[in-house]
Amino acid sequence: MKRILTGLAAATVGLAMLAGCSGGGNGQAQAPAGDTINIGVNFELSGDVATYGQANVQGIEMAAEEINAAGGVDGKQINLIKYDTKSDTAEATTLATKLMTQDKVVAVIGPATSGATKATLPVAGQNKIPVISPSATADDVTVDDKGVKEYAFRTCYSDSFQGTAAAEYAVKKFSAKKAVILRDSSNDYSKGLADAFRTTFTEGGGEIVSEDAYAKAADNFNAVMTKFKGQEFDVIYLPGYYTEAGKAIKQARDLGITQPILGGDGFDSPVLGEQAGAQLKDVYFTNHYSSEDQDPKVQEFITAFKAKHNTDPNAFNALGYDTMKFVADAVGRASEQTGEGVQKALAETKDFEGVTGTFSVDENHNAVKAVVFVGYDQGGALVSEKG
Amino acid sequence: MEQLAQQLVNGLALGSIYALIALGYTMVYGIIQLINFAHGDVYMVGAYVGYFCMVHLKLGFVESLVIAMAVCTVLGVVIERVAYKPLRKSTRIAVLITAIGVSLLLEYTMMFFVGADTRTYGVLPPFMEQSFQFGGVLVSMKQIIIVGISVLLMVVLQYIVRRTKIGKAMRAVSQDADAARLMGISVDNTISFTFAIGSALAGAAGVLVGVYYNAINPLMGLLPGLKAFVAAVFGGIGLIPGALLGGYFIGASETLVAGYWSSLYTDAVVFAILILVLVFKPTGLLGKNVREKV
Repeated sequence: MKRILTGLAAATVGLAMLAGCSGGGNGQAQAPAGDTINIGVNFELSGDVATYGQANVQGIEMAAEEINAAGGVDGKQINLIKYDTKSDTAEATTLATKLMTQDKVVAVIGPATSGATKATLPVAGQNKIPVISPSATADDVTVDDKGVKEYAFRTCYSDSFQGTAAAEYAVKKFSAKKAVILRDSSNDYSKGLADAFRTTFTEGGGEIVSEDAYAKAADNFNAVMTKFKGQEFDVIYLPGYYTEAGKAIKQARDLGITQPILGGDGFDSPVLGEQAGAQLKDVYFTNHYSSEDQDPKVQEFITAFKAKHNTDPNAFNALGYDTMKFVADAVGRASEQTGEGVQKALAETKDFEGVTGTFSVDENHNAVKAVVFVGYDQGGALVSEKG
Repeated sequence: MEQLAQQLVNGLALGSIYALIALGYTMVYGIIQLINFAHGDVYMVGAYVGYFCMVHLKLGFVESLVIAMAVCTVLGVVIERVAYKPLRKSTRIAVLITAIGVSLLLEYTMMFFVGADTRTYGVLPPFMEQSFQFGGVLVSMKQIIIVGISVLLMVVLQYIVRRTKIGKAMRAVSQDADAARLMGISVDNTISFTFAIGSALAGAAGVLVGVYYNAINPLMGLLPGLKAFVAAVFGGIGLIPGALLGGYFIGASETLVAGYWSSLYTDAVVFAILILVLVFKPTGLLGKNVREKV
């Protein structure tokens, strides 16, 4: 049954891809050859984690328009070639291959999530085209046992950095001594955050009184929350994506659990609020950026984004925006406009000023920058502070 | 103790949903020996109809529930007439494969129209957001509504099957379709009616789940559909009381596994139960061994 399902899904995706291709082809035909720089945009535009992909792409497209309006990079216009991975890892790899071999891009931006990004990296190494993810936070996206992955970059910080920051925040802000962890068993992201949180929290003298995990697309959190309710703890750490976290928060609050709930950047979606409704109280998460930031560069970005999309940009919009500018900056500095040239320039980036903070690329190809805590206080109002 | 009581309340609500879906499985199996794999997707369609009524048409909960049941009734009959009726004389495996095809058709048609993203039911009427404290046990209005409506529908179903003429026809056809035909019963209409009732119950379950979890998506019918199938087999497929027993048993065991062990093992335990039942009592808990006539 499952195999048939997958087969049909693949067929559907294939058809959609054909449709996508013809669209992409038309876009390319308008720009005269030789005067453009092709950059691949390989994102989750539909499916489970579409919110992240769509948000990243909004930021990327806005940045590309700004760059093109200002005369492009070295007089050449940026041409984005955009594909939808349907939130499917295998599809992401196929599309990355297509971008690198057929569309002749100098860099591929995306996917948004770690698992999908990692899946495209072997292809990036083979074709010597850098892959830059705006929001793949897993520790091993850019490094593995053999050291740094040459063609992998990101403009966000890593999971262990986030989990550690959340544990420190739990102790500092809520004087937490006991915590429970509920993580998503289906992805590395959640595990990475949970591991870092656990290590930092217990090293600081705290105790993890209970830990459980849920399966992908879980609906029912009543049982596990009832179990937690029977124990004494100060905070819940829920490092998951908004799709399940929204339901989990609502069910926890409905059951009368009043302790603060902490999470990671996976919470950053309006869907979290839609699912949790009025129960979105005393919930805080580590994030890359906050719309409350008064920095003029950030405010300028917010105004421009609002004018275009009529809503405040979220962290994924901001990361997408920064990533496009970051790539364009590297393409401009590159000695030759090939994947290898751009890769060298990316790795040498120093003090790049983005809306998610000023960052340099370190020896592990991570963007080194500060974490922001965003949350909803006991009254449900949006708050934020820099960590 | 309080925690156990709370977990049982959680299990009761979940079990009601499984029981409602399992009833449709078991009735259809009872009458044409078909495991209707599209049944879980009828439940999904019910959830979307409820969503559309409550969010876009701004109808009340009860009206939305009734409309979703009506739409699913029609959908169930259409599926039976279009996909299964022409195959009445074919092998059982042909019909089974068709059922899987119908299931995929419903899932991806829905995805085509509404997209793959999760939808939320939004803000519910205030009376549904209440909850009550009994000792240390917190019971939400939503749980009361789920159990209440499920029990009501099951009573209505019992009445239809036991006390009405069409119910009598259903029982007759399930025992022996040929003999029933000789007695002047319209077998085709009776089968359609069975699909209609089963689908209406699944539609109701869909709306109840939408309200309970506040999140629906086009593939939501897959796992609950399979679990309801396990529930039906557990109680004895083809037997209405068996589906009820199975539904509540699966709901309770899932909740207890998550509450006292780990939520990761809930699905594993449910399917392990299926295997054990099939090995040790293939006819289900309430099933009797019927000797096959040759």
